[in-house]
Amino acid sequence: MSKSDYESVMGLEVHAELSTKTKIFCSCPTEFGGEPNTHTCPICMAMPGTLPVLNEKVVEYAVKAGLATNCTISRNSKNDRKNYFYPDLPKSYQISQFDKPLCEHGYVEIEDDEGNPKKIGITRIHIEEDAGKLNHNEFGGGSLVDLNRAGVPLIEIVSEPDLRSSGEVDRYLKKLKSILQYIEVSDCKMQEGSLRADVNVSVRKKGAKEFGTRTEMKNMNSFKAIQRAVDYEVDRQIDVIEDGGKIEQETLRWDDVSGKTFPMRDKEDAQDYRYFPEPDLVAIRLSEEYINDIKENLPEMPESRRERYINEFKLSEKDAKLLTASKYLSNMFEAAEKICGNAKVVANWLLSDVSRILNEKELEPEGIPFKAEHLAKLVELIEKGTISSAIGKKVVEELFESPRDPEEIIKEKGWIQISDEGAIKEVVEKVIANNPQSVADYKAGKDKAIGFLVGQAMKETKGKANPQMLNKMFKEELDK
Amino acid sequence: MDITSLTVHELQEKLQAKELTSEEIVQAYVDRINDKEKDVKAFVTTLCDEALKEAKEIDKKRKNGEKLSNLAGIPIGIKDNMCTKGVKTTCSSKMLEDFVAPYNATVVEKLNDENLIDLGKLNMDEFAMGASTEYSYFKKTSNPWKLNTVPGGSSGGSAAAVAADLVPWALGSDTGGSIRQPSSFCGVVGLKPTYGLVSRYGLVAFASSLDQIGPITKDVRDAAMLLNIIAGHDERDSTSYDIPKKDYTKALKNDVKGLKIGIPKEYFGEGINEEVKKKLEEAIEIYKKLGAEVEEFSLDIAEYALATYYIIACAEASSNLGRFDGIRYGYRTENFANLKELYRNSRSEGFGPEVKRRIILGTYVLSSGYYDAYYKKAQQVRTLVKKEFDKAFEKYDVLLTPTSPTVAFEMGTRSENPLEMYLADICTVSVNIAGLPGISIPCGVNSDGMPIGMQLIGNKFEEEKILNAAYTFEQEYKFRDKYKPEFRK
Repeated sequence: MSKSDYESVMGLEVHAELSTKTKIFCSCPTEFGGEPNTHTCPICMAMPGTLPVLNEKVVEYAVKAGLATNCTISRNSKNDRKNYFYPDLPKSYQISQFDKPLCEHGYVEIEDDEGNPKKIGITRIHIEEDAGKLNHNEFGGGSLVDLNRAGVPLIEIVSEPDLRSSGEVDRYLKKLKSILQYIEVSDCKMQEGSLRADVNVSVRKKGAKEFGTRTEMKNMNSFKAIQRAVDYEVDRQIDVIEDGGKIEQETLRWDDVSGKTFPMRDKEDAQDYRYFPEPDLVAIRLSEEYINDIKENLPEMPESRRERYINEFKLSEKDAKLLTASKYLSNMFEAAEKICGNAKVVANWLLSDVSRILNEKELEPEGIPFKAEHLAKLVELIEKGTISSAIGKKVVEELFESPRDPEEIIKEKGWIQISDEGAIKEVVEKVIANNPQSVADYKAGKDKAIGFLVGQAMKETKGKANPQMLNKMFKEELDK
Repeated sequence: MDITSLTVHELQEKLQAKELTSEEIVQAYVDRINDKEKDVKAFVTTLCDEALKEAKEIDKKRKNGEKLSNLAGIPIGIKDNMCTKGVKTTCSSKMLEDFVAPYNATVVEKLNDENLIDLGKLNMDEFAMGASTEYSYFKKTSNPWKLNTVPGGSSGGSAAAVAADLVPWALGSDTGGSIRQPSSFCGVVGLKPTYGLVSRYGLVAFASSLDQIGPITKDVRDAAMLLNIIAGHDERDSTSYDIPKKDYTKALKNDVKGLKIGIPKEYFGEGINEEVKKKLEEAIEIYKKLGAEVEEFSLDIAEYALATYYIIACAEASSNLGRFDGIRYGYRTENFANLKELYRNSRSEGFGPEVKRRIILGTYVLSSGYYDAYYKKAQQVRTLVKKEFDKAFEKYDVLLTPTSPTVAFEMGTRSENPLEMYLADICTVSVNIAGLPGISIPCGVNSDGMPIGMQLIGNKFEEEKILNAAYTFEQEYKFRDKYKPEFRK
């Protein structure tokens, strides 16, 4: 049989750190970084006798996430303890949710590989606390424990095994990220680990009803790595089966350098987490009113923004969709539009040059280093004729290198457009003198030759000459 | 004047009347500790010098007319499982032998707010697991009534210290009887409040859904006064209730006319010592004479309470005690080559046998495959126990039972037989399972002169009823006037 006879089945457990100001069970800051163990207190260090108190914002954020992913919100939910020993887990149990998660039975809509809409089921969303971090001790043996992250609130979003390709996995993750950012419950900074995914992969023969045995890759935090890992793991599993082998249910580690998965070295002999209800916390009871209030105050979601861009700004559907895929990008678009009033041009810059550079640098839109005001100013400078769009491209590059007022950039770099008639005339005369062949072509009726001459003049002025003036003046000179 | 034989309300009167200074009171206790602690061994840590210093400061403040609480300058003892900033909190365990908490338990803050003076930290069964205080890693506390008997447990240090006049009053904690049973053994008053009435923040957890802090005192009025101080909602403890503050001393009316007392007959059956039974029956007669309406009834779920208790308490303990892993604080083995050995050896060497027994039991009942048969079933029985009590309180104001099936037993006679030790809790555990308030007061002595305790159980947040019932009996029976421990003779 060949690979095309198999179907791959993926399900994801996505952990997103919530962007509440304080931790889930104490009032320590959730801020990323900081000297080790400075964002800690007796509670998140699990000193004897301390007790957790649930941060209400965490519940609110999780309910928001549930509503934004079409989940049913539990009116009656609770916390449970998940018991296991590890030095980054100071209480020796993680307070999580076991059999009564806050949100259940939702879905998000993505496109399948053919571009058709497809619903991916959300099994559940529950709240839990993050663990600390172990740092290898550079001064000798052992590891150092940093508990700054211990107690940072997380939601775990568990999908149904509805994903059928690495492309779908990628689109699902990006969709989730976009949703969480839109409702402002997580900043989803993958580099900082605030969005991570455990990916379950199995394969089965097409048409089979039963799922194959799955493997799990834990704590993945890059879209690209996840896609590569899924592709690799699907191929590996098919190869194993084709060779007459059996897939073992195990946890794997993805090695991005070699591009392979490996069984986790420390294979825990079937962990028994001994879940039981957290006796230090009371049940979470949510009123209809509370849930409706959150529902009514959910921010505008990408779909309705898209409609608005098409109707209000007359953007193409494609552009509107690209812009609204990221709330950050979309916010920047709206802010810049508000200043300069030129929606189409702002959209063009964001979707062409800015997006290209982001791609090259492998950055998310949040990585755009400059402000909406800078972009608006750039658009205005081009409109006024202070610079050409060719110079505009250079300004964008420069904005990525060292973000500042574009006006300052062009002054500093000497990129201001030459619009002085005398100076333009000088260049035009020089180009005409140096390019007799083109002049002859033009006179012989080849209008295109003018374009070449303008190009030469731009080259001569390092792109600073006003192209409209050049065009006009060449025609005048040659038509004399 | 024999200062240390006075109750706290007597001390308070003398302080207010300027017949005594705080320094005189504390000095009397320091002298008493210096004299008797070597026999009783109630303390893990004494704070005599600090206490004297504090007493002098308070006297100065009082002299200067500074506004102080009525109880300012009166000393107290604290069970060694409540965190005290800057003073060791050991839970009588090798695991926490040198542990100094960086914060105060909420109850300790409340004592500080009243300017009560901490005389020291009191001995207990390791991590509050036991009924004789013999499972302390440091020392075995003696019962002041007879030094070769146990003071009960786990708050044995607190009860013995109060009985021996080493402290005027003390805080204990009660998970399955740990305040009431030692109070019964030592002939003092011990109150376990309703679950949620007193904040657990800073109490080193044994079983979170059962633990409650409460007073151990010489008489009922003192218990009401100490409850006044420690009760109240705490936003740091989600399981503490937000109910209006009360003055429990106002409940002490010395009148039980018309009070409906239920006698659950299961608590007077097999396994209850005959002399204990007899004293309880006498107490019942006294209540009748005082005008209470007494009726026997059946609380048949009671026989399942002990098993239910040990499953739930051990399950929670196995999780609560996981944090003692040798990583951040507490005992760490010197003998390890990898993480697993660090865990295994630190915990094997740091915990005593009873703690290990309960961790293993608790781990077992929560394991997959056993969870439904044990933990889940126990939770279901717990619901039934609560319902049975609810039903009882539709008919009765308070329930009356023995506190313990026996008087204090001799040291070393039960510590090797855990099951027999567990039976010491048989009369008290269901109160914790149902989250109810219970008080133990002395109701006589046996033929050896050892005190016998009576337990009064109330409905949730009806501490007033049991306090009044206890007070009325106390006023009639005058136990303190009739009997004194070996020490006072």
